[in-house]
Parts: sequence; structure tokens; C-alpha cells
Amino acid sequence: MTANSLLQIALYVGVLLALVKPLGGYMAGVYEGQVRWLAPLERGIYRLCGVSAGEEMRWTGYAVAVLLFNLLGALAVFALQRLQGDLPLNPQNLPGVSPDSAFNTAVSFATNTNWQGYSGEVTMSYLTQMLGLTVQNFVSAASGMAVLVALIRGFTRRNAGTIGNFWVDMTRSTLYILLPLSLILAVILVGQGVVQTFNPYQAVPLIETVGYEQPKTGADGQALKDAAGKPVTEKVEAHEQTLALGPAASQVAIKQLGTNGGGFFNVNSAHPFENPTPLSNFLEVLAILLIPAALCYTFGAMVGDTRQGWAILAAMTLVFVAMIFVTVPAEQSGNPALAALGVDQSAGAAQSGGNMEGKDIRFGITNSALWAVATTAASNGSVNAMHDSFTPLGGMIPMWMMQLGEVIYGGVGSGLYGMIVFAVVAVFVAGLMIGRTPEYLGKKIEAYEMKMAAIVILIPPLLVLGGTAIAVLVEVGKSSVANPGAHGFSEILYAFSSAGNNNGSAFAGLSANTPFYNFMLGLAMLFARYWLMVPVLAIAGNLAAKKIVPTGPGTLPTHTPLFVGLLIGTVIIVGALTFIPALALGPVVEHLQMMGKT
Amino acid sequence: MLQYFKPAAFMLLILTAITGIAYPLLVTGIAQAVFPSQANGSLIMQGGQPVGSALIGQPFSDPRHFWGRPSATAPFAYNAAASSGSNQGPTNSALADAVTARIQALHEADPHNKAPIPVDLVTASASGLDPHISPAAAAYQIERVAKARKLSAVKVQELVQRHTEGRQLGVLGEARVDVLALNLALDALR
Repeated sequence: MTANSLLQIALYVGVLLALVKPLGGYMAGVYEGQVRWLAPLERGIYRLCGVSAGEEMRWTGYAVAVLLFNLLGALAVFALQRLQGDLPLNPQNLPGVSPDSAFNTAVSFATNTNWQGYSGEVTMSYLTQMLGLTVQNFVSAASGMAVLVALIRGFTRRNAGTIGNFWVDMTRSTLYILLPLSLILAVILVGQGVVQTFNPYQAVPLIETVGYEQPKTGADGQALKDAAGKPVTEKVEAHEQTLALGPAASQVAIKQLGTNGGGFFNVNSAHPFENPTPLSNFLEVLAILLIPAALCYTFGAMVGDTRQGWAILAAMTLVFVAMIFVTVPAEQSGNPALAALGVDQSAGAAQSGGNMEGKDIRFGITNSALWAVATTAASNGSVNAMHDSFTPLGGMIPMWMMQLGEVIYGGVGSGLYGMIVFAVVAVFVAGLMIGRTPEYLGKKIEAYEMKMAAIVILIPPLLVLGGTAIAVLVEVGKSSVANPGAHGFSEILYAFSSAGNNNGSAFAGLSANTPFYNFMLGLAMLFARYWLMVPVLAIAGNLAAKKIVPTGPGTLPTHTPLFVGLLIGTVIIVGALTFIPALALGPVVEHLQMMGKT
Repeated sequence: MLQYFKPAAFMLLILTAITGIAYPLLVTGIAQAVFPSQANGSLIMQGGQPVGSALIGQPFSDPRHFWGRPSATAPFAYNAAASSGSNQGPTNSALADAVTARIQALHEADPHNKAPIPVDLVTASASGLDPHISPAAAAYQIERVAKARKLSAVKVQELVQRHTEGRQLGVLGEARVDVLALNLALDALR
């Protein structure tokens, strides 16, 4: 790795960690009701909705509220996509989206996955992007944050029947946290060159015309075929280039901050209009981890012991940094197949070198690899480089980061509640080893909590491995694969790892916009989101009802380096044992094949 | 269940109005007032007409121009209405074939240049619209462009230098050469 590469990584991690305390403290103030600068707006919203802010919910009520709100959100996105052809703000006259794709996208955005089976600039009208996708970017993120806050209340309350009010938690997450940050980021991004306009796409002349073949159609509009049944093509020349535009900056900002990841354009943050400069890239990749990391501090502040939050943040950060130092060198080492052709892949002052297929120059190796690890550590899933073209090991790390259950930072809210569940399991395992009743933050961990924790930990692997197994068994699953051999298997495994953990990034060669994948991945996203959310809320409700046990000599301290190690060990062992066989069939085989050829 | 229906529906409507209408409109208002050029695609204007975007690359294959990154967009390279990468995996033989063909094209345009080819000149970008090449990739093409235009290599070198950007703030990203701006400047020499 080059010195500049190390410097950029250090700068990134340093700025991220420096922002944890200020933002985390602010968010704790929001959830504890001290931050009220939008109180009139807040009160108005509650009044219109018939919500009384002081009225608390039991965990079951909280769960019903989340599910119902998300269901209505998904239905709205579905309807907007189907009807966009007849709705305004559609300057390109894009038609309604197919039912299976609309289902997949509606689920994808409501579940905070933002898997994109479609290509933004040729599918979604400006109206759908704003009213459907941007809105879900906000409220799906806010839903995750609300559930986290409910879980934290489970630890802080004693002998309580309720865990908060979902409408209040969700509204506050949106108004006080997501909206102001998005507004600031969006305006800075426009300054760097991200587009924000309602103008139709802009045509500009090309300096050199470019010729290409296109299928010839007859007078009846049908594609012509020659005597052998092959489509007839004709040579045409393109004299101009059509620049896709739109209100992108406002959506890009929240897509990054809310760990959503669904790009305005097809290639997401690799598109120069979504991510034009190294500075915009720095801010966007910072925004991916900003809230998930800061929520660790919020957690510590709310349970009255910030060391608890720092310990969890330390566990996340150690895994994250270790993975950066696998992916960056893997991509920097380049592709032996290209070296054999005499291509210069060496790093130097005049080029970043390395495996540049599927990467843009302004980002080079370091920022492409850093982004790949960050976006899969968090359940963001936006990309600034094509993961499908990464080296086998470089692509395996993002895949594995998702398979760990999206708890290394993870999604806003969902990442930390997942990690807290892992902490509960770690405490339980330690309790077994030393023969004591496990406790976490003063709450006894008993059979009920462990059953729910087991569900939370086991469902994603079931979805990922089960879904992959089905897809490789059926022809409709295999026929979507773009790259031959082991890499093709990786494409399918990556898709289900992404959907089954609500990430949303892809090995995008896989043609996933088919009824089979739209349906399968849609189901995986649904289960991965709500089958985890409900047990987490059940844990919250059950913990809130318990009394708080004073710490004694037998209590395992959960803020020490020892516990950080234990927590990392739990996450890694579960993730490794579950997925190493599957990874061996994909990236590991491909790596050996690639190295064996040279 | 039913008691949650009204708040759920109204919350969705109100938050749609705030985050889906008011917020994008506010950002658009600020953007159009403060950064009108950037907000509308960073268009390069010549004589009142747009001739391209400063952020979006164009296809070049004439030896008289600097060539940019290969692009995987369909149906033609650098189609800015349908961004796309190749998504070819590192061990895919189609990738090696494509790179071989690109090497051949570069050699045909410049038979005397035996230097190793910088990787970014033969690999497709992520966006398919990458406006930049590395300084190494520009240096590789200077002799060819100079000869094709009957200019001195020093003169072309100077132009390249002028269109080379270092790392942003000295640290971020990578050094890069803006291909479209460079070619526009070359064409303006005539």
C-alpha cells in the first residue's frame, strides 16, 4: 500500500471517530426529549395524525405500528411505480414499472435495503424518485433508529410495560437527525457538481461521432430477421450524448446518511453526477458510517455509561479496519491475467495502478476499496466501483461483511440493535464459561432473550444460503449469471447475502431484474428486515419488564478490552462457521484459479 | 391494529410532504440559486451552446485526440443516458479478450510506442462515463497526438499539464487528466 493510501484511510477513520461523540450526544438528546428546536412542527404532526406523544406502547403495539407503517410505505412506492406513466414530473415519459420489479423495489426501499433490480435513469420518473424512493430513504432509516431506541429503553427501564412511542421516535429521527444532516450534505454535494434540477435530460454534441449497430425494425415496428432467423442490424451513428439529469443531490444525501444505498442513476455513486469529485466521495463515504457509528455513543449515553457504547464501537472499528487492510491490497495487487498481457498495473505518482476494471480514475484503488468495505460494513449498499469486477479476495470481503449480519456499524439503528443482540449472546457464552447467570447492563439474560437472539442471528444465514441453494438449482436462477465459473456462483451468493442482510449492493453482472430474482430477493429482504425487528422488539419488551440487578463481583464487565475481544469473537465465529463452505465454492476457488494460471 | 391505521396513514402522508416534496424543493431552490451551473450538469458552453459536460466523458478513437477510458455503456460508449460498468469478473476470458483488443487498437494507432500500457487505458470504468485518465495514460499518448497533429511533443505535454489535476486538497482521490477539456483545447489550437 502506498503512503497516500494509508493517509487517506487514516483521515477517513479519524474524522469518523471524531464525529461520534458530538453527533451521538446530540442524538441522545433528541431521543430523551431535550432537543426540541422543531417542537411546533412536531406538535402539529402529532395533532394531524391523532397521536398523543406521551402515550407509550407495549412492544407488541410498537411492532404493529412499525409493520403497518412500513407496509403502507411499500404499497405507496409500488403504486407510484405502476402509475408513473400517467403522473406528472415525468419529463422522459417513462412507462409504468413491471409488477415484479415494482414489488421488488417497493420492498427494497421500505426495508432499508435499496437493492436495485432496475436502472434509475431509464426506469424511474422524477416523481417516483422523490415521492417514493426519497421518502422511504428517510422513513425506513427512521424506523430502524426507532426500533434501536426501543431496545435501549428495554435496558434502561425497570419493571416497565412499555418501550416508547413509535410515532414519536420515528418522527424525531426524521426531523431532528436525518433531515438537517441531509440538507447540509445535499447542498455541499451540489457545490461539488451533483445535479439537482427538474429539467429534462440534456443533449450535447459529441466531438467525435460514434458508430454502432442496432436492430433494424420493419414498417410494422417488429424487429426484422434474416433468412437464418437472426436479427438484422443496421449501422447508425450517434452525434450527440444525452445527459441524464434530475433532483439527484437531495436523494444522494439521504441515501448515504440513512444507510439506504439506492442510487439515483444506474451506477450509483460511480456516476459523475452522483459523486463528481474526491471530496464529494469523502463526504459520501463518511456519511455511510456516520450515524451508525455515532449511535454507539447515543446508546452509551442513554444507558448511563458511555464506556458501553465505546466498547461496541471499538469492536466494530477493529473489524472494519482489518477488512480495509485486506481489500485495498487485494485490489492494488491487480489482475494477473492483465499483467500477462503486458499491462502496467504498478502504483506510482502518475497512476493508481491495480485492478482498474470497474473503477473510476478520480477514486482510484484506495477510495474504491475503502468504499466497498464501508458500504457493506454498514447495510448501505451504494457503490462507487463495480464489485463484480473486484479481484476474488477483494470481492469476498464485502460479501463477508454482509454475511456477518450487518453488525459492523450496520444499518442506521438496525446495525446497532443487531450488534447488541450479539453482545447478549457473547455475555451468555461467557456466562456459561464461568458458570454465572449472564447479565448485560444490569438485566438478566434468560431463556426467552436467548431464543429471540438465536432467531435474530440464524435467520439471515438461512435466507442467504437457502436462497442461493434454490437459485443454483433452477435454470431461471442460473441463466441470469453473467460471468462463467466460480465467479458466477459468487454473483448469486452475493445477491442473496445482500438481500438477506438488507444491504443492497450487488455483483451487478447478475441480471436480477427477472420475475424469479425480483420475487426471491424481495422475500429475502422482507424476512431479513421484519423477522429480525420483531424478535428485537420482543427482547426490548421482555427486558423492560425486568428489574435491574446491581453489579456484583460476579458480573462480567462489558466495557473492557476483554469483552470487546469476546464480542468480535462471537460475530466472527458465527459468520465464519456459517459461510466459509459457501465462500470456498465462490471467491476462494476463483482466487486459486487466478493465481494458478500465472 | 385499527387504532394504528390512522396514524400510520397520516404519518406517511405528512412525512411524504416534508421529505418527498418540501425537502427536494428546498435543496433545488438553494442549488439553483447558489450553484446553478453545477446543479444543471456542469455544462461546458461555447458561443452560447453546450458542447459537453465537464463531468461526463466522451468517446474518442481518433489518433488526433487523447483517448479516454474504455466504456461499457450500451448501445454506444459513453451513453450518458444509461450509465453502466462492464461487470466482467477478473478471471472472465471476455475481459482478457476485450483488453487484448484495446491493446491492439492502441498499438495500431501508434505502432512505434512499445511502452507498457497504463492499466486505466485498457479497462472499462465503473460508470462508463469516466471523464478522466491517469497522468500516466495521458503521457503514453502524447507522442501519438503530437505526431498526428504535427505539433511538438513539448507543446502537447504543456497542454496535458494544464489539464492535469492533483489530489483534491493535496490528499483525497487520485491525480487525473480531464480528457474532454484537453481535447477541446487541442481542437481550439487550429
